[in-house]
Amino acid sequence: MQLEHSQLSTYNDKVVRQFSIMAVVWGVVGMLMGVIIAAQLVWPELNLGLPWTSFGRLRPLHTNAVIFAFGGCALFATSFYVVQRTCQTRLFAGKLASFTFWGWQAVIVAAAISLPLGYTQGKEYAELEWPIDILIAIVWISYAIVFFGTIAQRKVKHIYVANWFYGAFILAVALLHIVNSAAIPAGYMKSYSAYAGVQDAMVQWWYGHNAVGFFLTAGFLGMMYYFVPKQAERPVYSYSLSIVHFWALIFTYMWAGPHHLHYTALPDWTQSLGMVFSLILLAPSWGGMINGIMTLSGAWHKLRTDPILRFLIVSLSFYGMSTFEGPMMAIKTVNALSHYTDWTVGHVHSGALGWVGLISMGSLYYMIPRLFGQKQMFSIKAIELHFWLATIGIVLYISALWISGVMEGLMWRAMNADGTLAYTFVESVKAKFPYYFTRLLGGALYLSGMLVMTWNVYKTAINGKATVVQIPQVVAHA
Amino acid sequence: MSDFVSGFWPVFITVISLGGIFGCVLVLWFASNVKINATEGDNTSGHVWDEDLREMNNPMPMWWVGLFIITVIFGLSYLFLFPGLGTYAGKLGWSGVKQYEAEVTKTNETIAPLYAKYAAMTVEDLSKNEDARGIGQRLFLNNCAQCHGSDARGSRGFPNLTDQDWLHGGSPEKIKETLVNGRIGMMPPMAAALGNDDDVKNVANYVLSISGSMHDSGRAGAGKAKFGVCAACHGADGKGNQAIGAPNLTDNVWLHGAGESAIIKRIHEGKVNQMPAWQEKFTPEQIHVVTAYVWGLSNK
Repeated sequence: MQLEHSQLSTYNDKVVRQFSIMAVVWGVVGMLMGVIIAAQLVWPELNLGLPWTSFGRLRPLHTNAVIFAFGGCALFATSFYVVQRTCQTRLFAGKLASFTFWGWQAVIVAAAISLPLGYTQGKEYAELEWPIDILIAIVWISYAIVFFGTIAQRKVKHIYVANWFYGAFILAVALLHIVNSAAIPAGYMKSYSAYAGVQDAMVQWWYGHNAVGFFLTAGFLGMMYYFVPKQAERPVYSYSLSIVHFWALIFTYMWAGPHHLHYTALPDWTQSLGMVFSLILLAPSWGGMINGIMTLSGAWHKLRTDPILRFLIVSLSFYGMSTFEGPMMAIKTVNALSHYTDWTVGHVHSGALGWVGLISMGSLYYMIPRLFGQKQMFSIKAIELHFWLATIGIVLYISALWISGVMEGLMWRAMNADGTLAYTFVESVKAKFPYYFTRLLGGALYLSGMLVMTWNVYKTAINGKATVVQIPQVVAHA
Repeated sequence: MSDFVSGFWPVFITVISLGGIFGCVLVLWFASNVKINATEGDNTSGHVWDEDLREMNNPMPMWWVGLFIITVIFGLSYLFLFPGLGTYAGKLGWSGVKQYEAEVTKTNETIAPLYAKYAAMTVEDLSKNEDARGIGQRLFLNNCAQCHGSDARGSRGFPNLTDQDWLHGGSPEKIKETLVNGRIGMMPPMAAALGNDDDVKNVANYVLSISGSMHDSGRAGAGKAKFGVCAACHGADGKGNQAIGAPNLTDNVWLHGAGESAIIKRIHEGKVNQMPAWQEKFTPEQIHVVTAYVWGLSNK
């Protein structure tokens, strides 16, 4: 009875700690895979001539590891941390929360084994075969029960804006995953999609773009809405902006998928709607950036001294930049140049490294000392170093791929007077060599920053100890 | 052909598309006009979470609202001009297929005079014309080199076009026929017809012997009688039959791999190999120029 009572008045941070540590570990693994495949593009011999280490198998391992292992663990960790604190109540169904941790790790390990072995459904960002898909669905539904259960027993009347975004992310990802992964099994690790032809492609990119919209945007906006005002010690800039950009964002994202299928067998009307809604998405996306950056008004000087805040604010700048670039690339005439080129890869990475990566790192730097009973990270200088390694890495990476993407797009469309193409494909590949090398350098810098973080987290954790945090009294609403 | 299975869906799509866009505007209008009571005089909503999390009542930035409205106006105008709302074709009557056809027609018109003079020349003459060879090479590098290689020497499974060994014939007419219609080469699995594994190995050694390759002469002698089964396509002398694309087995050119084990594998598994047809992609004049380029590779 005594124990139960004391548990009820404290936060469940064990699962948060577990997910936080694994976010760092999987971050290193996923980024290392990225650096390896970037090196393979520069020196193809690094494929080693083995099927298990070939680019085609390691590339999905990289994307799955950074999105679902690193990004996923960061989302689980922060959402469990934030939902408890903003509802001022203990996490609902603690055992189920533990299951989400072990279940999610099992998914990641299964991915790390099955992808190099060549098991794949062939759908980008949804490669994992059906038994793993079922496990993902079970873990995800458990996640929803824990999260919404906690919301339901909140001690604060209003639901904080971060939880709207986390909630939308959890619901949408459940929907996307279950619909897109629908398949007919043809063996223990083999299945065929439930859809055919262009419908299959459309379902895949409805999933694919919303994986960006909900997994990589809405979820991380949830993170932003808690950790930016906390670290800046300033109120969120505008409540009405939160409302408008939340509803407009979650509605509009659902339509944007067809811009991945411009100039294909997809009907013209579908392509047009995809393009129009992608453009309308610009303002709702920027709403989040404005709300985050303007939260700093009156506290700009903190950017000079606080590297964690710098992580958070620079991530918002990259968010703003890539959500401007995205709608532009969705315009059909721009897409005619950019599609299938490295520009797309650069665009994704300005969002992934700049936005998702930096906001996660900033949030982890905020949470980890608090999870281990420390005032701050073991080394502030190391955070500073990490910030610069990461930022320079991103700039090198995305500018290299802008140049190489636009260059190859122009090379592919250049024509001679006799109606033949001016360049063969292999000439465009050859011309990309210096940019691929620069991109490898950028990626390696970003990875080295993550290694600095790993050391810093390790030192912080062993110098502190897992602490139990009391739930504070609810501040009476005026 | 309509994209829709019934008249309901185009209406449904139009309604939710326009409804969605106007819904966004409505949320914007609503949020701009609702006054939230700031009771504490500090311009916050009065809600507090986790001890110190608050939110302010600042209005949405006007430039941002303007940006939102501009994208909505652009979106609605686009849907008026272009196909998007169900079966409505758009004011401009644009379609992806029409744009593609217009661009192809325009390019073909531009290059027609250039090709007209080549069309009047024979393949033999054309292969000696430097300009035509240049065009032929550029077409080859962008369309044929993926399989046959930049130097046209092929690789396993993809024939070398620079030697004198032709599966389907190397005359200008036959090369053009290959380009226009494509080719499908088909060898059925023959192991069962030959007998047991030992018989297969014997026949493989016989095949090696007729091309002057290293072989076991005892086995080759034993395999000779069984080769009759293969002769139906490859001929009694093993020199092949271009009419059906059966390769010459005596010239020491091995499209699918040299040596005993590769031959045994082919006998067991057979092989289907395809060269695509190009008549849909190229004009007849372009095919004429490519024919001359390919013919010229082995007829210098």
